[in-house]
Amino acid sequence: MAIATAPDTTTPTITLTIDGRQVSAADGDTVLEAALSLGIDIPRLCYDPRLTPVPACRMCYVEVEGGREPVTACTTKVAEGMVVHTETDEIAAMRKSVLELILGDHRVSCPTCDKNGDCALMDYAYRYRADQFAFGAYQPPPAVPNFSTGNEAIAFDPQLCITCARCVRICDELVMASALTLTGRAAEARVSTPFELPLNETSCVLCGMCISTCPTGAMYERGAVGQGQCKDLESVRTVCPYCGVGCVLELNVNRQTNRVVRVTSPVGAVPNDGNLCVKGKFGFEFVHSPERLTTPLIKENGEFREAGWDEALELTGRRLRELRAEHGPDGIGFLSSCRCTNEENYLLQKMARTAGATNNIDQCATTCHAPSVAGLATSFGSGAMTNSIAEIKDVDTMFIIGSNPTEAHPIIGLEMKKARRRGAKMIVCDPRRTWVAEHADIHIQHKPGTDNMLINALMRHILDEGLHDPEFIASRCEDFEAFEANLEGFSVEEAAEVCDVDADLIRRAAEMYAQGEPSGIYYTLGITEHTSGTENVMNLANLAMLTGQIGKPSSGVNPLRGQNNVQGGCDMGAMHMSFPGYQKVVDEDVRLKFTEAWKVEMPTNKGGRIPDMVEAADEGSLRGLYVFGEDPATSEPNQAKVIASLEKLDFMAVQEIFMTETAKLADVVLPATTFAEKDGTFTNTERRVQRVRKAIDPPGQAKPDWEILSLVSTAMGHPMSYANAGEIFDEMASLTPSYGGMSYERIDEVGLQWPCPTPDHPGTRFLHEGRFTRGLGSFQQISFRPAAELPDEEYPYILSTGRTLYNYNIGNMTQQVRAIRQKQGRNFVEMHEQDAAGLGVADGDDVTVATRRGELTVRARVGQRTRPGALWMPFHFVDEPTNRITNDAFDNITRTAEYKVCAARVTKAAAPSRYGAAELS
Amino acid sequence: MTRLGSADELFAARADLAAAADGKKRVLVCSTGCLAIGARDIEAAFREGIAEAGLDEEVEVVATGCHGLCAMAPVVVVEPDDVMYGRVRPKFVPDVIAKTVQGGEIVSRLTYGRDEASAHPRDIPFFEHQTKRVLHNVGRVDPQRIEDAIAHGAYGSVAKMLSGMQPDEVIDEVRTSAIRGRGGGGFPVWRKWESCKGYAADERYLICNADEGDPGAFMDRALLEGDPHGVIEGMIIAAFAVGSTKGYVYVRAEYPIAVRHVQLAIEQAREWGLLGEDILGSGFGFDIEVREGAGAFVCGEASALVASIEGRRGTPRPKPPRMTEQGLFGMPTNINNVETFANIPMIIAEGGAVYAQSGTEGSKGTKIFALAGQVKNTGLVEVPMGATIRDIVFGVGGGIPRGREFKAVQMGGPSGGCVPAAHLDLPIDYDSLREVGAIMGSGGMIVMDETTCMVDIARYFISFCANESCGACAPCRLGNVRLEQILDRICEGQGTEADLDTLEQLADVVRSTTLCGLGQTAPNPVLSTMEYFRDEYLAHVVDKTCPAGVCKALVPPEPALAGSEA
Repeated sequence: MAIATAPDTTTPTITLTIDGRQVSAADGDTVLEAALSLGIDIPRLCYDPRLTPVPACRMCYVEVEGGREPVTACTTKVAEGMVVHTETDEIAAMRKSVLELILGDHRVSCPTCDKNGDCALMDYAYRYRADQFAFGAYQPPPAVPNFSTGNEAIAFDPQLCITCARCVRICDELVMASALTLTGRAAEARVSTPFELPLNETSCVLCGMCISTCPTGAMYERGAVGQGQCKDLESVRTVCPYCGVGCVLELNVNRQTNRVVRVTSPVGAVPNDGNLCVKGKFGFEFVHSPERLTTPLIKENGEFREAGWDEALELTGRRLRELRAEHGPDGIGFLSSCRCTNEENYLLQKMARTAGATNNIDQCATTCHAPSVAGLATSFGSGAMTNSIAEIKDVDTMFIIGSNPTEAHPIIGLEMKKARRRGAKMIVCDPRRTWVAEHADIHIQHKPGTDNMLINALMRHILDEGLHDPEFIASRCEDFEAFEANLEGFSVEEAAEVCDVDADLIRRAAEMYAQGEPSGIYYTLGITEHTSGTENVMNLANLAMLTGQIGKPSSGVNPLRGQNNVQGGCDMGAMHMSFPGYQKVVDEDVRLKFTEAWKVEMPTNKGGRIPDMVEAADEGSLRGLYVFGEDPATSEPNQAKVIASLEKLDFMAVQEIFMTETAKLADVVLPATTFAEKDGTFTNTERRVQRVRKAIDPPGQAKPDWEILSLVSTAMGHPMSYANAGEIFDEMASLTPSYGGMSYERIDEVGLQWPCPTPDHPGTRFLHEGRFTRGLGSFQQISFRPAAELPDEEYPYILSTGRTLYNYNIGNMTQQVRAIRQKQGRNFVEMHEQDAAGLGVADGDDVTVATRRGELTVRARVGQRTRPGALWMPFHFVDEPTNRITNDAFDNITRTAEYKVCAARVTKAAAPSRYGAAELS
Repeated sequence: MTRLGSADELFAARADLAAAADGKKRVLVCSTGCLAIGARDIEAAFREGIAEAGLDEEVEVVATGCHGLCAMAPVVVVEPDDVMYGRVRPKFVPDVIAKTVQGGEIVSRLTYGRDEASAHPRDIPFFEHQTKRVLHNVGRVDPQRIEDAIAHGAYGSVAKMLSGMQPDEVIDEVRTSAIRGRGGGGFPVWRKWESCKGYAADERYLICNADEGDPGAFMDRALLEGDPHGVIEGMIIAAFAVGSTKGYVYVRAEYPIAVRHVQLAIEQAREWGLLGEDILGSGFGFDIEVREGAGAFVCGEASALVASIEGRRGTPRPKPPRMTEQGLFGMPTNINNVETFANIPMIIAEGGAVYAQSGTEGSKGTKIFALAGQVKNTGLVEVPMGATIRDIVFGVGGGIPRGREFKAVQMGGPSGGCVPAAHLDLPIDYDSLREVGAIMGSGGMIVMDETTCMVDIARYFISFCANESCGACAPCRLGNVRLEQILDRICEGQGTEADLDTLEQLADVVRSTTLCGLGQTAPNPVLSTMEYFRDEYLAHVVDKTCPAGVCKALVPPEPALAGSEA
């Protein structure tokens, strides 16, 4: 299949002739690149366009007229007028001999090899009729055990390895994990790990990029072994269901077994260029989990029983209709799912506003990036990442705050690594020593919850030093004077004290950011998940406007969105205050537009956010809830309180793939589908709308979510009927100006970035060029408000929560993956070694972390990742739910919870954790 | 210890040191190569004997570097009369002290010819046919005392240079000298320097390649062990010329004495103000660090060497960019071999024009060879470029022992080739050797006679390369092993004529498709032996005999057969 490539930004300036055909290439391109652009397939085994060429396989020799001898195409740069022959008799003979040498060092076992059908060595061997015995007989190296033995993710077979070292190079150069290495010399050179350690004991991040680049079957997915040879697998191009990067995936499907056997990604694909992380590569086992819901369930006498679709739909429709009638528009609520497609989010909010006649709709952006949407909309006029992922590599100075990209957004992390290798500067503000912090020019390890003090100090210093951009401020922004006056009250010294960092670091960071050519801000939930989350965001907007670091390529304010379609969920209007495309509910013209389109009067009630709904349920004003692909009982703070509130509802229906904690509380559970079983679109963090494609049939009676939503709406009395997801998309696009120019046809291979208002609009790479969406950028006056719950004598530590590389959100998908469970199957708490020493806690000991909400006993990870006095826990483990102890204090504007700061106490556990010491070791 | 603040201070110090040493008797004991055959005991015996005789004040015992005539090891020279003894044992020492040191007489049984006539190097053919210029101080100075080196003239060229020469003038002298790199490639030295100097950079690095790995070659080792200051001096001059402030000596860890001596010399040079900041008060600063290799032959290749210093796996990378553009840590880097650096002080001292008077049209100066194999006088020899193979093997080397017949000489190490008797009168220089299928290489010279099997020799060298391939590029990693397997088969009597075709084909593939010099030259010994000694190969595969009688699995050669039948 054709591979979509990123738009080429370099202009071809050089003309050369390859095999009699003229081709234009950019200065600096290689002959191989130029030949490939013509479709001339020069054989190559060690080449990966993602890597610096190391001409090791010696297969890509070509003849250049006038040259003394053949040259390797992968390292020879194009030159004007060059005449290249790629397949002379001499070259072919040479190539065949080299190939025979390589083939002679490979166990030719194609009939039993999983990679059969996707093996470069096999293809070339056939093409050149290579004889594996041409120069002697093969003596295989010992096959097992090796560093991959027992690893659930990666299987390495040294007998299939041709020592091209692509795996080593990609691990080293691109991933920068350096888990793989070559050991031994000469014919003994073999791929291994440092000291032959098992993979999971090395710096391996299980991204599987070694597999992605392997030209043979030497590196392969353990779970795919024996599940079907590549030649028999059908590849379905779709989008990753995890974080917001939106990596293009290919689900390799065995049609005979209706199973996704392995996941690959085409090199050249936007935005990830074939790169994946552990979740994208291995995290799909949940699709085939025996724990999937396969039939509608109805709760009777506290127990679920299997039910037919008709019965479950009728009950759901009737109960919601009744509760709406009885208790008004705010008597029922709808939670949409950022894990699901745009089409489905569109349908859910449409269903809520038509069949439910309410604006009481929300989704999990409230849990994470609602402050970005609200804050950036206030400052700039649109709440999304201003730049593109592809622009990161060209940035001069990265300002990363409250973000752990190499774990939470690993492919964006790769782009940052790319920029870093190119020489970009990196400032990281983070209470933890993350990978980017360790590799930064400046790491400001400030106290959790002091971001605005820090940002104000940065701006104070920029103003003091005259490093601001008066022209930009004057021509592009407003409200500067009040903003400037507000900053009078701040000083670098005071901030240094409050944030507990060196004042000089603040000054240097301010200077480095202001002087970057250009600089880009990247942030994540370390900024938003605070009671001052929206203010934090607006203050970052202030920082960018102050220095004119916005509205340019690679330069702006970039919230890295956390879920595959949280951008789309917001775009689709699955929120109380806006219709699709952020068209405001309070705007009467807008309501009229949707009334006409949907043929029903639009509701005017205000509606609320998730915490509002939880509180309303607790108070008794909310009586019915429809939950679509959300698990607030696990993801919301102060779990006990959430569960108690949900239990009070008269009726709750949950549309899910697994029996989540929330689903357990439901009256009706509807079996839904995963990303692999349906069509649609996701919008990634850079506003790129991409196609999701059905690869396999859903299990049992499970139905695509858009179908379920149509059926529920119909059951509630507002009939909906769509033949396919594309119909929904078209309807949505016709009502959503920023998506107005999009269609499935246009985004078939490469997605489009909104705004894309017309069918001929190319989409928008970066926002706010020349003019902010709202006209003038609005400076906000931000003061410093401490977090809601600060440490005291009883609870002396600050606890923050977050995401790890290996797991995802509530963990119900990732914990189904053997490779991930093997790597990270249990909850833990990171604490500083000084604190641990004071408590007599050693790395690996069980500790009890307690807050005013409850306590959890988990394993301690002792080290230097956190500040002294700070604790950090992931939230991925449903059996040890961190949200049991987090604080239900919320952002004053968007009601996003302050997951990043609460007061906690740590004690060495009296009894071992629920897993016991033996099992942990 | 004196920190020298100017060139004049160096010259003054040299005069003082030379005066202090003047007229002193010295016993020079080779304490490098000869260590292997008991030199330490001999040195101790001399010290003890001299002390007992109460001669401490007037006689100095010096542990020196190699005198060259390794066939006579252990070697001792008594100065000022320049009497050379070999095969010395501790029990002979009292005799030498009494007769030669004190009495000025010759101990005949210890001389080269076991007679008085060959008591002095000038009387020994081995030395008579040599021109010791680069090796001049090796064996003469105490390599562990900078004072002795300075007394013998070390750092005079640095002083001269820093007394007013400009970097371009230094490069001009080197250009005039026309010296070519002694590491094997024979690239004009000045061109490399000028190229390195030409790239704008915050730092330029200078590297002395002392990763001497050819089997049987020990020229660089002898220089570093015997006269480290000569090499350091050359490096300082090069650094000044290219504009480098930081240098490295990359030396194999298998040379512990060289490592120790060069390390010591660097420390002493630093103390004397000859390395570090503001050398001789000139404002020019340069310092050197020693990095030890870990035993990989391929790390003698410039880009692999650089990778190794950077702490990475020693693997060559494609060029361009050349090292002079992007070398160590991405900076312009000038890499020369030990012997090249050791030539430089001479060029500055006497001028490039004088230097260029010796040698041939295309190859100037002298060349050091490690002479080994079936030759009487094995050892370290230095001859002017243009000397013939015959001069070296029969003149310096004294010919083939036991009346056997000269068969070939293997030149240039594993990358080189075998030169047959037909080319005995070939004047040796970079270009002539290439024409006959060998290379100058770093200077290994292995003499072979009729008892050497050329197939076995080819197998030996290909096995060496097969083991020393870095493993990165496929044809080198795999092809050399296959070549070795085929040669194994031939030596074991399992070969066929078709194997000879495969050998040639595969040798050509390896030569033409590998990434770096190691692989490109690895098949040379196979190809040159096949060219000059094809009969011997045919004897192995067709007649199943090994004419040299080396390959045990094959029938012995004809004469032996005939004898047994009679």
